[in-house]
Amino acid sequence: MATDMTTAFELVTPARVMLAVDARMVVVPGALGLFGVLPRHAPTISTLKRGVVSVYVDGQTHARIMVDGGVADVTEERCTVLAERAVNLDSTSSAELEAMRKDAEAAGDADAAAFYDASLALSAQ
Amino acid sequence: MANLKDLKNRIRSVKSTQKITSAMKMVAAAKLRRAQDNAEAARPYAARMGAMIQNLGQKAAPETAPALLVGTGDDKRVLLVVVSADRGLCGGFNGGIIRTARREVEALESAGKSVEVMMVGRKASDALKRELGEKIIDSREGVQGTAVAFAEIDSIAEVIRARLKEGALDRCVILYNRFISAITQEVTLSTLIPVELPENAETETPSVAPYEYEPSEHAVLEDLLPRNLSTQIYTAILESSASELAARMTAMDNATRNAGDLIDRLTMQYNRTRQAAITTELIEIISGAEAL
Repeated sequence: MATDMTTAFELVTPARVMLAVDARMVVVPGALGLFGVLPRHAPTISTLKRGVVSVYVDGQTHARIMVDGGVADVTEERCTVLAERAVNLDSTSSAELEAMRKDAEAAGDADAAAFYDASLALSAQ
Repeated sequence: MANLKDLKNRIRSVKSTQKITSAMKMVAAAKLRRAQDNAEAARPYAARMGAMIQNLGQKAAPETAPALLVGTGDDKRVLLVVVSADRGLCGGFNGGIIRTARREVEALESAGKSVEVMMVGRKASDALKRELGEKIIDSREGVQGTAVAFAEIDSIAEVIRARLKEGALDRCVILYNRFISAITQEVTLSTLIPVELPENAETETPSVAPYEYEPSEHAVLEDLLPRNLSTQIYTAILESSASELAARMTAMDNATRNAGDLIDRLTMQYNRTRQAAITTELIEIISGAEAL
């Protein structure tokens, strides 16, 4: 449960709930630019660009998740991100990303391939 | 009277059939668990998406709302998406879908509407290919199973979106087997376009603080609706996959049991016949001995 100090963050893909955690702050790549979500944020629904969602749990980055567009639904006590394609940059190795990129290329999905390519570049940092 | 050798062969063949059906049942049961987990894991996404659409849909003015939400305002051309299985041996699963699809097409046509059909899964496609012919605009195979790729489903949705864009359809419905439990599946017809919005939603959801939309209400809706279509189809196909496995499990369980009954009956007959042969032989010997 979210307390006064945290926002209940969830990242949901069509296949599963990828991450659910109470966060101090979440930074989301909105269509109009990055925006941070703190507790008691004004209720907002925003479309997302391809970019990184950063989740801060206690002062440091807890997770960096690359999303390929999507929507964020923010209320005062929670923040839900819906994304069709998402990769957890911390727990996915570059070998796995490389394999996913190859798969996407083999399937002729240039969009997905570009997404995994970008993830690969970011996960190296 | 069947002779002993025939009976023996018969029993052997039924036994091997029973082995196959019982193995198929086990496989279906194991896969069903995974398919059910998949279907459940997909629910949060669909639920959140649905809630957002409801929220936005009520505010959108009917005149300016995108066609994906409110349709074209007409109801002449209907696209029916039929989800069946790629494989048979699953009881009434495909039969139910095929029957309902046929009835639905007839009902729509007799109401003076033009119907197009899109097939997902080989079985319904095979069964209806001849009678529907030209009306089938697309058919897909091999998208179902224990791992359903969202990208694959998206390409199905893309076809529908394209048809809508070029103004070739007014309404889109999907026909699939909804998973209720391992023993019940229900043939379900649900409307994809226009999106069904509950009439009395305002009383249900007390208006909380109004949302801000970035970049704008309209843009969010434009972005959300295509995703929603894909999600709905994805959910339906996951449900259908789980239903298929459940139906197969039940069917194979019945088949195994029937084979067992048949084996019992044949064994009984076999023993009787054998006994009768022995008795006849004995009588022959005895009467032969007495005649001397």
